[in-house]
Amino acid sequence: MSNKLHSSSSELDLDRPNIEDYLPSGSIQEPIGKLRLRDLLDISPILTEAAGAIVDDSFTRCFKSNSPEPWNWNIYLFPLWCLGVVVRYGFLFPLRVLVLTIGWIIFLSCYFPVHFLLKGHDKLRKKLERGLVELICSFFVASWTGVVKYHGPRPSMRPKQVFVANHTSMIDFIVLEQMTAFAVIMQKHPGWVGLLQSTILESLGCIWFNRSEAKDREIVAKKLRDHVNGPDNNPLLIFPEGTCVNNHYTVMFKKGAFELGCTVCPIAVKYNKIFVDAFWNSRKQSFTTHLLQLMTSWAVVCDVWYLEPQNLKPGETPIEFAERVRDIISVRAGLKKVPWDGYLKYSRPSPKHRERKQQSFAESVLRRLEEK
Amino acid sequence: MGSASSMLTQYDIEEVQEHFTQQEIVSLYKRFCQLDRNAKGFISADEFLSRLLKMVDGLNFKDFVAFLSAFSSKASTPQKIEIIFKIYDSDGDGKVVFNDIIEVLRDMTGSFMSDEQREEVLNQLLNEAGYSRESPLLKNDFIKIFDYEGLRMEMEVPID
Repeated sequence: MSNKLHSSSSELDLDRPNIEDYLPSGSIQEPIGKLRLRDLLDISPILTEAAGAIVDDSFTRCFKSNSPEPWNWNIYLFPLWCLGVVVRYGFLFPLRVLVLTIGWIIFLSCYFPVHFLLKGHDKLRKKLERGLVELICSFFVASWTGVVKYHGPRPSMRPKQVFVANHTSMIDFIVLEQMTAFAVIMQKHPGWVGLLQSTILESLGCIWFNRSEAKDREIVAKKLRDHVNGPDNNPLLIFPEGTCVNNHYTVMFKKGAFELGCTVCPIAVKYNKIFVDAFWNSRKQSFTTHLLQLMTSWAVVCDVWYLEPQNLKPGETPIEFAERVRDIISVRAGLKKVPWDGYLKYSRPSPKHRERKQQSFAESVLRRLEEK
Repeated sequence: MGSASSMLTQYDIEEVQEHFTQQEIVSLYKRFCQLDRNAKGFISADEFLSRLLKMVDGLNFKDFVAFLSAFSSKASTPQKIEIIFKIYDSDGDGKVVFNDIIEVLRDMTGSFMSDEQREEVLNQLLNEAGYSRESPLLKNDFIKIFDYEGLRMEMEVPID
């Protein structure tokens, strides 16, 4: 029985963000003064948390794919829908597969010669590789009949800047990449995606992280800083939510991207759900299934807004900075912000979190007992 | 699943409405339906969540809402204290004994306090407040103990 509990909570842990990424290091308000009976008996905060969890699980709300209301159960609309299916699967899909295959052939036949033959000429090689990556991404976007409207000034290659965007699916990366060859920070995936990551994305200067390694965070933070300071590196794109969210909400931004001491350029991405729901529920489907779903839909329509670069204001903490940028992105893309408090209050308690609470309560009781 | 609000009529909502708005009631109803079959969603629940769930288990929607209305910002302090009392009074006999409190304290402090420490602290504070460990606490005692402005126990019902 205890084994079962452990495995299910660790499965949740992989998706559940680490509290440390969000909390300011150190300062939590400690109660003071002589300990009274009511301080010992007052369980109202923890009950509030529990009641909140009963009433809502803000955490899962953001990751639910809201299935569209089925509209085809009607004698007039049903045949139309059937016709649509025939067109999508029988005509559009093979056409798109063809386009994508052609794109890959062109890309691979250009990429490998460039990569190996131009080994000495780094600047030219990098330029060509960037162009080629942008090309294959365009092919990907075309294979979903992607209609992307870009608003705002295109990103420029400059050191000391980092780009942040809200995250709905891995295709965010492709949609943004077709315009600018960003370097990203990503989790290494298995399968063919991982292969792509280790070969092609590596050359863009992408940074890898390993969620399960505790020390990894410092290593990655250093890599980020180094990348941002290097003048020849591709502009860095970070998805501070750390996970795919269903494009109705934004969840809390991890502070990592906001403590690098450089300008943060927000990018907002909003998909039009009428055509297809671009949310990739990584727990429910593999990336391949997700791509196939996109390729058999009518279109992927989205808007991308490049927003005004922001800097850390004097007296602002990185966390406040992150919230401010999240606000800017959420407003532009019309997304609801899961409230800061609500997120921490209503997220399912992890054993570590619970222990920390027990510890702080116990220590505060014992300490205040001494005060007379 | 369809929209749950189509199963609620205006009459149902009014019957159940205490401190919540209509939208909040609709949200609660959706959640209530989910809870019925989704106990496994709370598999990593902490002890307090388990206790609350036990109190809510088997309630019909009307009682579910009545219970949760203690957590509304419009609820009165005695309403909130009543919930706290019920949590402590695990056997529901209207009396909170020394060991009941120790049980809850155990969940609040975990391995960071020993049983002896917990008993010592509780004993001392009970005595200071004019109670003793032998006689159980009643609801009125709890009302006296918590009679101060600071008691906040409010949660928000999210409306999608």
